[in-house]
Amino acid sequence: MSALVAVTILISIAAMSLYATFALRRYLRDGAHTHESAGRASRWFSDYQPFLLPVFMIVFLVCVIVSTFHYSGNFLPDPPSTPGSDVVSLFRVTAAITGAAFFLTQVLLFSFAFRFRKKTRTRATYLPENLKLEFAWTIIPLLAFLVLFLWGQKSWTRIVSAAPQNALEIEVVAEQFNWKVRYPGEDQKLGRSGFRFITDGNPMGLDESDASGKDDFVPAQMHIPKNRVVKLLLWSKDVIHSFYVPYFRTKMDAVPGMTTTLHFTATATTDEMRARLSDPDFNYEVACAELCGRMHFAMKLILVVDEPEQYEKWALQQETLATVK
Amino acid sequence: MREDIRQQSATRYSIGREGESGTVSGFISTFVFSTDHKVIAKQYLFTGIFWALAGSFISLIMRVQLGFPGMNLAWLQPILGNRISNGRLDPEFYLSMVTMHGTIMIFFVLTGAFIGTLGNLLIPLQIGAREMASGFINMLSYWVFFLSGAVLLYSFFLESGTASSGWTAYPPLSVLKEASQGSGAGMTCWMLSLILFILSTALTAINFISTIINMRTEGLSFKRLPLTIWAFLFTAILSLLSFPVLFAAMLLLFFDKTFGTSFYLSDIFIAGAPLPNSGGSPILYQHLFWFLGHPEVYIAIFPAFGIVSEVISTHARKPIFGYPAMVASIFTIMILSFIVWAHHMFVSGMNPFLGSVFSLTSFIIAVPSSIKVFNWIMTLWKGNIHFTPAMLFAIAFVSFFITGGLTGLFVANPAIDMQLHDTYFVVAHFHLVMGSAAFFGFLCGVYHWFPKMFGRMMNKTLGYLHFWLTFIGVYLIFFPMHFLGLTGLPRRYYSFTYFQTFDVYSDLNAFITLAAIVTFAAQFLFMYNFFRSIIAGEHAGQNPWQSNTLEWTTSVTPGEGNWEGALPRVYRWPYDYSVPGMEKDFIPQNISGHPSERKVVAKNES
Repeated sequence: MSALVAVTILISIAAMSLYATFALRRYLRDGAHTHESAGRASRWFSDYQPFLLPVFMIVFLVCVIVSTFHYSGNFLPDPPSTPGSDVVSLFRVTAAITGAAFFLTQVLLFSFAFRFRKKTRTRATYLPENLKLEFAWTIIPLLAFLVLFLWGQKSWTRIVSAAPQNALEIEVVAEQFNWKVRYPGEDQKLGRSGFRFITDGNPMGLDESDASGKDDFVPAQMHIPKNRVVKLLLWSKDVIHSFYVPYFRTKMDAVPGMTTTLHFTATATTDEMRARLSDPDFNYEVACAELCGRMHFAMKLILVVDEPEQYEKWALQQETLATVK
Repeated sequence: MREDIRQQSATRYSIGREGESGTVSGFISTFVFSTDHKVIAKQYLFTGIFWALAGSFISLIMRVQLGFPGMNLAWLQPILGNRISNGRLDPEFYLSMVTMHGTIMIFFVLTGAFIGTLGNLLIPLQIGAREMASGFINMLSYWVFFLSGAVLLYSFFLESGTASSGWTAYPPLSVLKEASQGSGAGMTCWMLSLILFILSTALTAINFISTIINMRTEGLSFKRLPLTIWAFLFTAILSLLSFPVLFAAMLLLFFDKTFGTSFYLSDIFIAGAPLPNSGGSPILYQHLFWFLGHPEVYIAIFPAFGIVSEVISTHARKPIFGYPAMVASIFTIMILSFIVWAHHMFVSGMNPFLGSVFSLTSFIIAVPSSIKVFNWIMTLWKGNIHFTPAMLFAIAFVSFFITGGLTGLFVANPAIDMQLHDTYFVVAHFHLVMGSAAFFGFLCGVYHWFPKMFGRMMNKTLGYLHFWLTFIGVYLIFFPMHFLGLTGLPRRYYSFTYFQTFDVYSDLNAFITLAAIVTFAAQFLFMYNFFRSIIAGEHAGQNPWQSNTLEWTTSVTPGEGNWEGALPRVYRWPYDYSVPGMEKDFIPQNISGHPSERKVVAKNES
């Protein structure tokens, strides 16, 4: 690969210096004011510019369509989660509207440029304004944007609405460069925690006087049950991080000094996704999406989505903090 | 009052300065500490070229890491030292390159150099003034800008490296040296550099505003102002109102970092020990930062709006379509740009209701932008288009602005932004809509006004080659980034191989890197053309593009004071191209006496 890069650099530099030498020689030969050949070449180039524009336009637009289809194979699949799946229709509507606007305006731009290229004996039309036309292209985009906005609010209000009472609450503590998760245990209640309780022996900052923390557990991997609302309580010990689950199309910052929340429901287990994507090694991964320092790119947590029974079994196997002590 | 200013400057500049130019002090006052706006414009331009090359070279370092992560870079060790270990770039060094690329490109190139070059050159020449309102402040603003660059450059040679917390420099990462190596001395330099930069921007802005308002020549009412001048006026107002907020944010950041205050810090446990800071909020910094940060993208793009309008109209030989709408839309964008900032913060943990409000304003700000696009396209309709390199750059600008602008409609919706925030989709979006588009506006301006700056023409053929390589190259670099973003790829990642999810398009990443290398190499065509044309280009005529605006009524290379005799008087708006019944297809603003003048005047002044 490095050879490929080197070759590309060399070829481009060589081509340019070749051209530069050629241009310089021609310039020196013909003198500063009478370069006949340069004049001819530049006239030739000038004449062909307008024709290059529609050629570019066709190649460009075809490439946009073909490459979008080609690469869409690896776009994130329909999210196996709510409210992530609501966003898909919103995304498609946005893509349709902007796609139409994209093709319309690019075609107009390049074809007008080509169609009205300089011709001798023609003159431009003196046309300083047309208020009706301008009114139309103020109102139409405005209406389209308002539709997108209102449609988007439908999803957004659902995303940020309060999580139901029976949601599974999980605390996520971010630090350089790890995610730590704490589960409520049998009493379904997370023990109190906070920055002021953090010590070397208590990295999650648990308030040890709070009894409801005794049965909490801190596993190495994150497991969640399918089809149950999971509510995350996020905070950070040091710098800002962002809890990002690409497959669920969701993220939320973890900020020091405050708690943020995020809730979602997984609708496909890890095993189901492995079958769906025919990839036996598939795993849901949690990444950090807010620059957090040197190892930002490696701040990973595996997220396993289980069938509810599987999840209960797994939860019972975890050592509670009381037993760890 | 205005009469006095004009009189004063006329007497001042009637004194010749030829006597001094032979001496050393003459050289210094003419070329180094000059107060002549045209010389200062060139100083900005040369400094800008340096920073643009440095900034894009830095992006190549990043691209090589992303495209060819396995490449052996041990041969760079003699230059980069411990920033290379085991033949690989150090991740910290990668992040410091990310930070420097953003800082240099956004602040030094697209804001400082762009506005400094074309604003300084065009404002006095297009409004018929002999000089900026204050030549001294103008000079000062350049040298403060220069100093700000020097401070940043110095940080490259620090042992702990440059700042490395992104151009946004979010605390706590940016202020705790325990959190990141670059947050030590590198960050101090970065803040100092920005504080100087903001100072320089403020000086430029007040100078622009007072010049445009007070020093327009006789007859040049606001209704006859070229769109370039409108654009620079709004840019200056916008930067004067938004940069001070960043200044405040920087001071507080500096206090937090240096004096142990807690404006942005609270409840932090790092390097095995709790910090005493309490009560601050990192979200506060984000609000302050983006209060500038979003207007900043318009500060970078407004001058391009003006330049492109001017160039499209001149080379299409047609009046700009919908002049009042063009002015009104920039004005609307300026006002709205103050109330869209939190769309950068949908997932920061701020109140979700704010997300709805800022989503609405972000959609509304897209309306004046679409008006501008349609008006540019309509200006081409039934034109008689001359395809100079400047015109091609202007058309490409519109194309980038459309492509990049439309993806803004995805991320304006918080529900979609939750997925796309901080992914390569956003990288593609802003590189097209404000990076490449503004850059093309800048290049368009340089090609168009090169004859005014240096009295010579640039080589057209080289210009065309440069244009096509760059235009195609930019699309090849940034369009595929949408695809990367849709696979979930986050920004500011040193390597994608660590995650199964992200490790799907190494071929596409390699392709983008190759495209970036070729596009970078193509800029040397421009450099060659630029420097060669300065010394050996064809001599320019007085009005090579047959343009209407006042800068073409001076001698080919105007001296101090710009016009040798009296200042020109303006009789019409600048877009009288192809007026029916006239022999020529243009009527410069200082020409009176055509029947259409009464019509135009009546229309403009009623």
